[in-house]
Amino acid sequence: MTTRLANAFPTDRAALVCFVTAGDPDAASTPAILDALVAGGADVIELGMPFTDPMADGPAIQAANLRSLASGTKTADILQIATGFRRRHPDVPLVLMGYANPMTRRGPEWFADACAQAGVDGVICVDIPVEEDASLGPALRAKGIAPIRLATPTTDAARLPAVLEGAGGFLYYVSVAGITGKQQAVQASIEQAVARLKASTDLPVAVGFGVRTPEQAAAIARVADGVVVGSAIVEIVSEHGADAAGPVRDYIASLASAIATARHTATA
Amino acid sequence: MTNAATKPNSYRNQPDAQGHFGQFGGRYVAETLMPLVLDLEKHYRAAQADPAFKAQFDDLLEHYVGRPSPLYYAERLTEELRKQAPEGKGAQIWFKRDELNHTGAHKINNCIGQILLAMRMGKTRIIAETGAGQHGVATATVCARFGLPCVIYMGATDVARQQPNVFRMKLLGAEVIPVTSGAATLKDAMNEGLRDWVANVHDTFYIIGTAAGPHPYPELVRDFQSVIGKEARAQMLSRINRLPDLLVAAIGGGSNALGLFHPFLDDDVKMLGVEAAGYGLDGTEHAASLLGGFPGILHGNKTYLLQDEDGQITEGHSISAGLDYPGIGPEHAWLKDMGRVEYTAITDDEALEGFQLLCRTEGIIPALEPAHAIAAVAKIAGQMDRDQIILANLCGRGDKDIFTVAEKLGVEM
Repeated sequence: MTTRLANAFPTDRAALVCFVTAGDPDAASTPAILDALVAGGADVIELGMPFTDPMADGPAIQAANLRSLASGTKTADILQIATGFRRRHPDVPLVLMGYANPMTRRGPEWFADACAQAGVDGVICVDIPVEEDASLGPALRAKGIAPIRLATPTTDAARLPAVLEGAGGFLYYVSVAGITGKQQAVQASIEQAVARLKASTDLPVAVGFGVRTPEQAAAIARVADGVVVGSAIVEIVSEHGADAAGPVRDYIASLASAIATARHTATA
Repeated sequence: MTNAATKPNSYRNQPDAQGHFGQFGGRYVAETLMPLVLDLEKHYRAAQADPAFKAQFDDLLEHYVGRPSPLYYAERLTEELRKQAPEGKGAQIWFKRDELNHTGAHKINNCIGQILLAMRMGKTRIIAETGAGQHGVATATVCARFGLPCVIYMGATDVARQQPNVFRMKLLGAEVIPVTSGAATLKDAMNEGLRDWVANVHDTFYIIGTAAGPHPYPELVRDFQSVIGKEARAQMLSRINRLPDLLVAAIGGGSNALGLFHPFLDDDVKMLGVEAAGYGLDGTEHAASLLGGFPGILHGNKTYLLQDEDGQITEGHSISAGLDYPGIGPEHAWLKDMGRVEYTAITDDEALEGFQLLCRTEGIIPALEPAHAIAAVAKIAGQMDRDQIILANLCGRGDKDIFTVAEKLGVEM
């Protein structure tokens, strides 16, 4: 098991977890965008694996998936992007995020092995809940890859222990019952949920869905171990295409600086 | 083959407690939906144990849908096919007439069952996906009948080519939302249905139209559709005191076929599922997930899928919009791997011939979906003895398809 993910969540501030779709607008552009995320201050990178049918995603990430596939992105390209990232950034944790079918097409062992070879630290599979863990989880754990689980507003106290069974890396709290990029949860509900989750696990808890402004990120950073930002970054990539690295870096820097001081600033 | 070693005592007690049909099926949904599908299963189990639920279902099927549907001996079709058959060959062809149901297809059986379940669960809003529009019309129908608001997701491509059904749904009070994402067809409509459900978890019930999706949908849709096979079995025994030799049904997602097959699975009856070969199985322009696809995970279940080597889903094609889906219900995937049901595929052109054959010989205009089954029957009847019996499911009528057929035949309307 790599220690990169464990080290990515500092004790004095929240970690910034940044999502971008691999191969959007094309595979050649992604490395520079990933570097921009790191340069801006991202602590964990979530690299989205495009899928033809991203049924948990809102319009922004759906469109990014289709742009990536239309430009010809293959699984092999994504693994190559990961391999290159690991070479350039030996200490920054990299997580692959996506859907079950592209991950398991050649068998879970193949995928887990390819992730290990590429220096991937964790995997978030949106449509493999704990009930279907056998389809991917054992293969990942055998290779030291963290299966990162999702908890949602519908995950009640009775269900939570099952969700945490076999989980690794961090716990991703999806703060809204809905698809990515739409709306943000009210702060009070996030605070309540994070307290409940942290009482049940030693894993860091990162909160995402609908986070876009530095103010929102700071508010979450006061209570959670990590802040996940996705659709807002993907929208910048959509607007700037192959020239997205600069604007992405500036945007991430604005989030990072808000998070850095969040716990020293009085809560609103 | 390793099938003999793993042959079950019964083919009728699937899925297992986790919703698996062998390696297929399951509950591959986002965590947000997981508590909902568990809750649905709990309520379905309670409904199954409640005689009042069954009584209400049966009553609506009889008085609202018009069941039992007739079992019909297609004498002229039988004779027509015997003309080309070798001496002594040419099986008797019978049809289960589910095209005579209210709304014109088998889809309504399932919708009645699911809306009763939805009301039992206290849900106040119904959503559904539709391809050709038959499931959308059936869902809109039951929503009108019970006064529940109804949202139908339909690919924009399908909206454009199925205008009469779009109008029907609107007449019935449904809101039809054209889906422009992806390829704007059935699978994209299903993605959008799932996106709606995940955002409206408290009040919304998703009426899935075929025996697919996360557990318990494949099981409950099959159970509601099994009225077809249960009736047919009893009707056969009462009419001619024997069971058929072969069952034939068209397969898109596979609900009409499972509805017919399931009550016969432990009998000495052969079964043939007919997929859509589109322009032919040698190319990519077909919708035959079992014969031309590979196991994978989509829309909540593991099953055979049309997909590329990276697991990206490819677009199916069929002249029949109802068969044009890149997946298949997981129970069919299991029945195929167990060797219990045989599967074949029929091209667009063959289906078109089957369509016209039934019009001319029996005075029945079938939907393009069962036209695939009819074409398969026409191929196989001449290889069977005259005292043998084929029972095919006439799962829908052809009113919705006359424009497509006219266009293919070069007729201007």
